Amino acid sequence: MSKPSNEGFFWLLFSAGGVVAAIFIPVHLFLFGLAFPLGWLPQPSYEHLLALAQSPLARVYLFVLCSIPLFHWAHRFRFTLYDGLQVKHLNEVIFVFCYGGALLGTLLSGYLMLRM
Amino acid sequence: MTQLPSTEFHPRWYRAPVSTYWWIGSWRYLLFILRELTSVAVAWSVVMTLLLLRALLNGPEAYARFTHRMQSPVLIAFNIIAFCFLLLHTITWFNLAPRAMPVRMNGKRVPEFLVAAPNYVLWVIASAAIAWFVLRPS
Repeated sequence: MSKPSNEGFFWLLFSAGGVVAAIFIPVHLFLFGLAFPLGWLPQPSYEHLLALAQSPLARVYLFVLCSIPLFHWAHRFRFTLYDGLQVKHLNEVIFVFCYGGALLGTLLSGYLMLRM
Repeated sequence: MTQLPSTEFHPRWYRAPVSTYWWIGSWRYLLFILRELTSVAVAWSVVMTLLLLRALLNGPEAYARFTHRMQSPVLIAFNIIAFCFLLLHTITWFNLAPRAMPVRMNGKRVPEFLVAAPNYVLWVIASAAIAWFVLRPS
């Protein structure tokens, strides 16, 4: 008998994060990472973005955007290291690094959204 | 992964050693590793968004510093690569949906592209909506 594992829970976070990442993340990187810095589109003003980020709906949205996809990353990156580089002896370290990072990002995101 | 026990009467299972770079030789395996690495681009995008939000909280000067930093050629080159990886994630993720959840209608399997299509429609609508909120004059 193998003992019950937490894999199902982590897998659920992985797939939920995958959906959020697939639908919502590309436009964010495109706007703030390429279109604005390269001058393809006019950079929005500070006041406009602040007002936008302060609306209740945007806060919830930004919190979701900056939390679940991190767990998607944690899951995928963990298995990339396991399988791609075959570093099985470092399992615990990789696990703590990946999910610890995701948890840290989530806490940071919650903190920013509460103070916004 | 649990190792099967080996006893005096049952020798260790033989596993052919696999090279660390097993995924380089074949296009299929390479695509698999590239797809898994899209998660790094996802994580980077979240970090960038968190930095933007922090700058918004810290005031107009911090926001100006953030926009200035984003213009560095190194970051732009990095973002171009990251954006390609994000597209790879979106496409592979959407195309996986009909395999994970086969839809049947009147006993016949609905073609895969018809199951994946609504995802793309949703993606375009969501992206346009976010761009509109960010770009509209306040």
